Amino acid sequence: MFDDARLARAREIVAAYPRPRSAILPLAHLAQDQDGWLTPEAITEIAGLVGVTAAEVQGTVSFYTMFKRRPCGRLVVSVCTNVTCLVVGGPEILEHLETRYADDDDVTVEEVECIAACGGAPAMQVNYEYHERLTPQLADDVVDAYKRGALRARTVSGSAV
Amino acid sequence: VTATETRIVTRRLHDRPDDSWTLDGALASGAYDAWRGVLAAADPAGVQEQVKLSGLRGRGGAGFPTAQKWSFLPAGVYPRYLVVNADEGEPSTFKDRMLLERDPHQLLEGVAIAAYAIGCNLAFVYVRGEFALGYERLVRARDDAVAKGLLGRDVLGSGFDLEVVVHRGAGAYICGEETALIESLEGERGMPRIRPPFPAIEGLYAKPTVVNNVETLSTLPHIVRMGGEEYAKLGVGRSTGTRIFSVSGHVRRPGNYEVELGMSFRDLIDGIAGGVREDRAVKFFIPGGASSQWLTGRDEHLDAPLDMDFVQQTFGVMLGSGAVMVYDETTDPLLVAWRLAKFFAHESCGKCTPCREGTGWIEKVLYRLAHGLGRPDDLDLLLDVGDNISPGLDAPFTQTTICPLGPSAVSAVVSLHKYFRDDVLARAGAAV
Repeated sequence: MFDDARLARAREIVAAYPRPRSAILPLAHLAQDQDGWLTPEAITEIAGLVGVTAAEVQGTVSFYTMFKRRPCGRLVVSVCTNVTCLVVGGPEILEHLETRYADDDDVTVEEVECIAACGGAPAMQVNYEYHERLTPQLADDVVDAYKRGALRARTVSGSAV
Repeated sequence: VTATETRIVTRRLHDRPDDSWTLDGALASGAYDAWRGVLAAADPAGVQEQVKLSGLRGRGGAGFPTAQKWSFLPAGVYPRYLVVNADEGEPSTFKDRMLLERDPHQLLEGVAIAAYAIGCNLAFVYVRGEFALGYERLVRARDDAVAKGLLGRDVLGSGFDLEVVVHRGAGAYICGEETALIESLEGERGMPRIRPPFPAIEGLYAKPTVVNNVETLSTLPHIVRMGGEEYAKLGVGRSTGTRIFSVSGHVRRPGNYEVELGMSFRDLIDGIAGGVREDRAVKFFIPGGASSQWLTGRDEHLDAPLDMDFVQQTFGVMLGSGAVMVYDETTDPLLVAWRLAKFFAHESCGKCTPCREGTGWIEKVLYRLAHGLGRPDDLDLLLDVGDNISPGLDAPFTQTTICPLGPSAVSAVVSLHKYFRDDVLARAGAAV
């Protein structure tokens, strides 16, 4: 359930749109900011706030890759392998990180489509913060810096904390 | 090769690398001067006329004339909405992300000018979900501009109200298609709508709606400042002005470069982006984002001008979103084609059968071809599947689908057929 501050924020968001249903995506981000993933309880609460059924919210959010509908690591590492990263080492970075963090509950490594960082390819995001011109080792160092707290991570929805 | 950038839309972010995104930095370099002038002149039709004279065409991909798009709004029907498409997702395109992160006030000034010109009091900016920093800076810029009286209620005492809602997407390429974007903004799954009705008649909340791209709107303050006729002196033919090209791949200096339209691909790739690394030759390049057909290292292709109509009519390719991906002679075109196919199969929304099924087929067949498991008739199979999505298989695209995503997935197949047919057949046969 949203805490008091977020509940107030949620109501403001709903009021910003001519129709409440438009707030589904922003509210789902807000819930992920709080809970670290999109819980069934949050989906039900969002449904109540925008005046639709939980099934309708589920139907909408399940279309979008950023919503994690099961628990994930506190660090979501999104490695691009699309057609620029493909030819400069993206797939090798993905393979390295997938192996390295296979058994680490803190880290969810995912392959993603182009993240618009092709000028600095190969690139990845950690909780939607960009890291560019990587090698497998550099990518590993970045993830490790977040794990140690040397780098401050955004939420799993990419909001600043 | 000597070639230079023509920095108009990218001027501030280059001149003020440390604070171009802040209100102070933007105001110190002329931000909102054009907007103040527009409000003072109080002539919305005059703004529309300047944009028409400028010849400005949409920078998102389709290249539709901006003033014409505005002109489709039905007279006297209110409210009407302006929606900014900041859902940049076309593979290898990274210009709008730069404009959001490094010059959000320029975008907001463009939004204000466009909203005033079309008579809109509520605008939405749909920002790609993954653009965390861009979203943050745009929200901050909006709040600062409202606090300064440049946006919001009764802007600068003019009586004109403009509220700007910054909305975050959540990861779906298809939402860059304008009707899918509208669906998504309404809280639905991002699936394209059948047209007609076009958004200008029934768009967001079934009201008249204009959807414009970030770079398009970011250009408006400069058109107002320079005057439409002056702006139209830049460029070539019906491709007026400058565009930001995102150059990536095997070039020495990948990056965003703003150049006058009409420059050749060779000048852009060799002169500005530093040429292919290790002095290798260009094997092929994709001239307008993943949806475009390809061009090769032949002189006739490299010497072609950055002219939307010329490349379309001569080679059946498009300048699209302005992404230029360059591949050197070590690149396997089948691998690139497969990865593109995987992208389109992943991003197909599933609404239209030919795309939902066809993109999956194309991905599977290209996978086996690229990985040594091809069959002799695989190229024919690919062309047959492609023909079911885009009958005739050539530009201008025909389509059996609601939106252009399906035909876009066929572009790589047609390009392989045009330029690498023998290689593909050899790979298919050798692996049997």
